[in-house]
Amino acid sequence: MEAYISLFVKSVFIENMALSAFLGMCTFLAVSKKVQTAMGLGVAVIVVQAITVPVNNLLFNYVLKEGALEWAGLSQVDLSFLGLICYIGVIAAIVQILEMTLDKFFPALYNALGIFLPLITVNCAILGGTLFMVERDYQFGESVVYGLGSGFGWALAIVALAGIREKMKYSDVPDGLRGLGITFVTVGLMALGFMSFTGVSL
Amino acid sequence: MAFDKAEAKSVITTPIFDNNPIALQVLGICSALAVTSKMDKALVMSIALTIVVAMSNLLISLIRHHIPSSIRIIVQMTIIASLVIVVDQVLKAYAYEIAKQLSVFVGLIITNCIVMGRAEAYAMKNGPGMSFLDGLGNGLGYSALLMSVAFIRELFGSGSLFGYTILEPIRDGGWYQTNGLLVLPPSAFFIIGMLIWALRAWKKDQVEAA
Repeated sequence: MEAYISLFVKSVFIENMALSAFLGMCTFLAVSKKVQTAMGLGVAVIVVQAITVPVNNLLFNYVLKEGALEWAGLSQVDLSFLGLICYIGVIAAIVQILEMTLDKFFPALYNALGIFLPLITVNCAILGGTLFMVERDYQFGESVVYGLGSGFGWALAIVALAGIREKMKYSDVPDGLRGLGITFVTVGLMALGFMSFTGVSL
Repeated sequence: MAFDKAEAKSVITTPIFDNNPIALQVLGICSALAVTSKMDKALVMSIALTIVVAMSNLLISLIRHHIPSSIRIIVQMTIIASLVIVVDQVLKAYAYEIAKQLSVFVGLIITNCIVMGRAEAYAMKNGPGMSFLDGLGNGLGYSALLMSVAFIRELFGSGSLFGYTILEPIRDGGWYQTNGLLVLPPSAFFIIGMLIWALRAWKKDQVEAA
């Protein structure tokens, strides 16, 4: 149990998807103008990440890994080179299923998240989460915690950035730096702040 | 196919300064930050991305009349993912050390928005030749920014270029005090922010409205 809590804290703060691995930056910068929309996207990322990472973990361990097809009598087969195309397929499919399920059963939530869901397919934080999970060889239990934690960390970062950007409207920024430039600098400062979590371990 | 030389040239050069994919279109930033601490990593990443964008643009443009628009995203994804797998396997076979350092970032070319963005915005509407050049131009625009960030970070952060020592650091008995901040990932944000500022000070029309 302790190991799981420690992994969760690590994936939220120390290895924050957005601010220390720099994944999902495109959406991170584009959809962080308002706290409300940022919150919507953050929730969507948490949900998708918490589902896709464990599913891809099962896929990797029981189908793609070398010798993983032993249950089917094919102990020599190594399909790990097919990894990338399988993961992205799984992600696209899950996003699609999630979209249809939400539309049917939770229309209010669907309307709130609506436009963000399809965007998530091409969010590198999602695919990155899966690839990190494979690279570090997480067990199934760990992958659930990691998926949840990394999604939560990303959501936390985007809401924080949106909060700062809302306040920044009142400041006088030099012409060429306005918009994208100053956002980059802000995110850099936030990333420096998050670096102070390095070395924290439970 | 009508092939206009002047147009071909502008298709390649526009994305480098006037419409840089990173600085102006805000595409493909994720990998730009994580792989720029060393020149060799950035170079390999640039080459990989340029090949994938150019080839995916070419292939998607070739079959653009046969893709039903309702499933076009999946078709584009599959083509891009296959190309990335090829690049990934080649890197693992011939440049294992660097492939290891790039870790997941080669795989993440799939979700790099430049590739999808160009496929969707250009290759679906234009002929194969021009699409290939457009991919090449955008790949070069990405590479130009990546290489300039990596140049600054490696030269001032560790005093070397491509691993060769240029400024002798103090810890090796030289004179140069290395700037530790530039080795850390957040510095990439500051450098890109400043580059955008410089680019916009030069090309005034890119300044964003308040």
